[in-house]
Amino acid sequence: MFRLARFLKDYKLQLIFGPLCKLIEAILELLVPLVTADIIDNGVKSGDPGYVLSHGAIMIGMGAAGLCFALVCQKSASIASQGFGTKLRNALFSHINTLSHAELDSIGTPSLITRMTNDINRLQQAVAMLIRLVIRAPFLIIGAMVMTFLIDVRLALIFAVAAPLTGLVLYIVMRASLPYFKRMQTGLDKVSLISRENLSGNRVIRAFNKQKEDEKRFGEANDSLTATAVRGGKISTLLNPLSYVIAQAAIIAIVWFGSGLVNTGEFTTGQIIALVNYMTLIQLTMIVVSDLVVLFTRAAVSAARVNEIFDTKPSVTECENPSDDFSDDADAVRFDNVSFCYKGHGLALKNISFTAKEGETIGIIGGTGSGKSTLVNLIPRFYDAVEGSVYVCGQDVRKCSFEGLRSRIGIVPQKAELFSGTIKSNLLRSKPDATDGEIEKALKISQAYEFVSKAPEGLEMHISSGGKNLSGGQRQRLTIARAVLRSPQILILDDSASALDFATDAALRRALAEQTQGMTVFMVSQRVGTVRYSDKILVLDGGELVGTGTHKELIRSCPVYKEICLSQLRREEVENDVG
Amino acid sequence: MSAKKKLQKRKRSKSLQRLLSFCKPYRGKLYAAMIFAFLYVALSLTAPVLLGYAIDKAVGKGMVDFAGIAVLLIMVGVSAGSSALFGWLMNMFTYSVAYLTTRDMRRMVYSKFNSTPLSYIDSSPHGDLLSRLINDVDAVADGLLQGITKLFSGSVMIIATLGFMLVISPPIALVVVIITPLSMFVAAFITRLSQRQFREQSEIQGELSTRIEEYIGRQRLVKAFSFEEDSVSEFEEINERLRVSGQKSQFYSSLANPSTRFVNGIVTAAVCIVGSLSAMNGAISIGQIATFITYANQYTKPFNEVTGVIPQLQAALAGADRVFAVLDEQDEYPPDSECEETEGRSRGELDINHISFSYNPQRPLITDFTLNVDHAKRVAIVGPTGCGKTTFINLLMRFYDIQSGTIMLDGKSIYELKRSSLRSQFGMVLQDSWLYSASVRDNIAYGKPDATIEEVIAAAKKAHIHRFIERLPDGYDTMITEAGDNLSQGQRQLMCIARVMLCDPPMLILDEATSSIDTRTEIKIQQAFSEMMKGRTSFIVAHRLSTIREADIILVMKDGNIIEQGSHDELIAAGGFYRELYTSQFAPSA
Repeated sequence: MFRLARFLKDYKLQLIFGPLCKLIEAILELLVPLVTADIIDNGVKSGDPGYVLSHGAIMIGMGAAGLCFALVCQKSASIASQGFGTKLRNALFSHINTLSHAELDSIGTPSLITRMTNDINRLQQAVAMLIRLVIRAPFLIIGAMVMTFLIDVRLALIFAVAAPLTGLVLYIVMRASLPYFKRMQTGLDKVSLISRENLSGNRVIRAFNKQKEDEKRFGEANDSLTATAVRGGKISTLLNPLSYVIAQAAIIAIVWFGSGLVNTGEFTTGQIIALVNYMTLIQLTMIVVSDLVVLFTRAAVSAARVNEIFDTKPSVTECENPSDDFSDDADAVRFDNVSFCYKGHGLALKNISFTAKEGETIGIIGGTGSGKSTLVNLIPRFYDAVEGSVYVCGQDVRKCSFEGLRSRIGIVPQKAELFSGTIKSNLLRSKPDATDGEIEKALKISQAYEFVSKAPEGLEMHISSGGKNLSGGQRQRLTIARAVLRSPQILILDDSASALDFATDAALRRALAEQTQGMTVFMVSQRVGTVRYSDKILVLDGGELVGTGTHKELIRSCPVYKEICLSQLRREEVENDVG
Repeated sequence: MSAKKKLQKRKRSKSLQRLLSFCKPYRGKLYAAMIFAFLYVALSLTAPVLLGYAIDKAVGKGMVDFAGIAVLLIMVGVSAGSSALFGWLMNMFTYSVAYLTTRDMRRMVYSKFNSTPLSYIDSSPHGDLLSRLINDVDAVADGLLQGITKLFSGSVMIIATLGFMLVISPPIALVVVIITPLSMFVAAFITRLSQRQFREQSEIQGELSTRIEEYIGRQRLVKAFSFEEDSVSEFEEINERLRVSGQKSQFYSSLANPSTRFVNGIVTAAVCIVGSLSAMNGAISIGQIATFITYANQYTKPFNEVTGVIPQLQAALAGADRVFAVLDEQDEYPPDSECEETEGRSRGELDINHISFSYNPQRPLITDFTLNVDHAKRVAIVGPTGCGKTTFINLLMRFYDIQSGTIMLDGKSIYELKRSSLRSQFGMVLQDSWLYSASVRDNIAYGKPDATIEEVIAAAKKAHIHRFIERLPDGYDTMITEAGDNLSQGQRQLMCIARVMLCDPPMLILDEATSSIDTRTEIKIQQAFSEMMKGRTSFIVAHRLSTIREADIILVMKDGNIIEQGSHDELIAAGGFYRELYTSQFAPSA
């Protein structure tokens, strides 16, 4: 948790003055009883209304001063805690940006998001409490203890027993209830998991008429969450009554032994009253401390979760002195004996070698899980090959900068995802300085021009988060336009036409071939129709390259390819091609 | 007070009333909590009084009444002990009431998800609905917890001490009563001030969350297009606005406590002054002033606590409002209870007459659509993206209701049938393959929970997923995780197909059911489907030709209308839009 303190370093002033002001306010508050006693002892006894009024005014003045100090403290707390949270969020966000795909895969997006929001909010709250209460509470407890020792060492021994005893109770109760807090958190996770599933599968649930069973499943998770909360509550609410009982027992002891001392003339009644008041103060402060303990225990859990991200180092990093020594004469892409595996899995790609020349269209085909997407993910260096090397324009991808490499590549991912904003703002992600003419051209190539120009707002059409207000096909066409807009040297279409009907798919391929001369295009697909006219087709099967060549060559030479063709085309057609 | 404010206030008290109505089933516990709160407060007030008497018995050297002190101290012990016990009981009952009430709320919201028209689920951001179910209900629980314990015991404390003070000296009590409400005014003023800030803050927080979700969720795209730096600066800009607004709202709301403490200081000073002056006149004794000051303190403390919980109560009411908004959504109409069951297994004869439908009144989608499907016909639907193919399925399943026209199943309007009854006639596989976190077996047996393992395996074999399942670490008992990262899209889709194969429904709907499966496996699946579709009416939405060619009727849709209708050969012969679509699949790419 303390490692995160570095985000507080710009708030030293607030961290010092905040608690200091709170301390002064506390002292002023502690002084009020003394002034009261003074008014009664001196003012009333001497019958001097002027004395009473002037000291009354002093009391009000002290209250006003206390208010001012408290305000300074609250202001400091709000500045420091919000500033801390903001800095932490920025730093975490930037750090997440440096992580590679492998790390993002293993941590998972939902978890990153909760850490970014919930956990940081909790830490922010802890900082505010640190400033407001952390100094004050121990000060009051220690101060009260010191005062009792000054009054009478023998009676102070009662405090010496009672205070640690309260501390022990605090510790035991917290320890007993912490597992419940943790289980509540996981219970809440379960409830939210089931709800998320309900929302995403609402149609299926209704189609199978499973609403009742579904609600039962939710009910069970919900009930168990409630049971945990109530059970945990039973234990954690023991704290106040127990500490109250201890304090009262101590007070009874003080009065009893104190009276004995009064009887022998070693002690006054006033001193007993003072000791009783200090004990009450300690007990009340202990309650605050217990709240703080809960808050900080939870904050520590959050801090660990945030630090875990900071400790995650990107597995794919730029080399020390990247040189963007790309040569336009070299092959656009070359794989040299490349193997790859995902963490903890077997080889996903085995000894892949091929070259793609400038302007060529490369089709990649193969069954589910054959490694098609993995292969193209190695080109922009989303992952690093385990063995062998990947070259882009003659340059080893591990030796150049990310920016230099990725600016040459346009990617259309499998999942058609857009950002909230407008159509235009989404397209400009790819090339911020694109002209309207360039945008129009990209839209025409991707077959999106028609529907965009039909929309009343045109390019300014609003896109909601995730692009939910568009159909799957429309979204996909826009993602293609986005990739084409930057006129990349290498365009990767990762099964990007799956949501397109075949007419649009064909028109898209035609447009790509006609209008993007010199662009090397990778087309990943399960459809023979999509890849058959490629200059070169790579056939993958179980991570191995089982065939390279044109459609006609492969039908003759590659049994896997032939089988795929037979499953999609009419037999005569396939045989024609062989002939 | 302006009319708008009055309305707001009325709305707020209405939400509060409604919130309290949720506690009704737990009345008993609530009353118990109140009774214990009363006992707790009363006893915790008597302990200091008894203690005072005890101290009074130790007047000075040699004048200590040990017997009297012992009796009083035992009484203090008993009252403190029982006060602690009652305090604990009060808290326990409050916990119960708060968590049971919110449990019920959660359950109601959840079942609302299943009973509203699907359009509500489709059109609301899921993150927002989830946040209502989780975060807002949590805020209500916190509010109830604090509200009942602090607000209630606080009020009892105020009333009890007020009573004691009135007994000692009515004039001084009056001073206290007049000044204390000041702290209420101050608190109310501050809350109003901070409320505006809070609203702004939560708006920016929402904006930031959306950004986080987009940029972190689509981190691959951010990298692919190298706009890491842009995303950071955009994020920092929103984050900075959040800081400013968050700092303000935190500061304003934290004003309430010191301010009320200041008012309390004034009360104490006033009591001290008035008390001392009346003591000079001989109206009260010095000892009584001391008691008075103690009580005045005790009287103002609950005000502090009450103002302390106000922000939490505000958050709770705001949360409750968002929850109520979900609960106030209309249910599907008419409810199933007012509809009829189908008479056994449907024959699968559908008559669709002149129906119209649109999601958005300004953009008509399906207009005047007519189609007759006989028993056991295979209907394929093709057309460009966004032409209304999936919408047609939505209407058949009554996920959405048509705006005009009729849809008859076996000669009876589907609007007279129970939805559950209608839907059970269809087996549906969607492009978006949905599995839930349970074992593979539970997922396949989703539509038929009493299926034996042999039946499940048979279905899995038909869907060509059996061999894969066997290779999983726990076979059919392997748990499917939420992200489904242990399965590929294709494998998930195969499981959804196995799920339908197990159900054996009279009619089938396949909406791009094999889009993520490689074509070699697809051919085998297709054979299994063909087997299954014998003697059943089926609807197939697909892009791939092999699936479409064998259909009895091919519907060619464009812009929400059927523009062509017939068998494959007829449509090719007719040389229309279908032929164009068909040949374009084989169009050369260069």
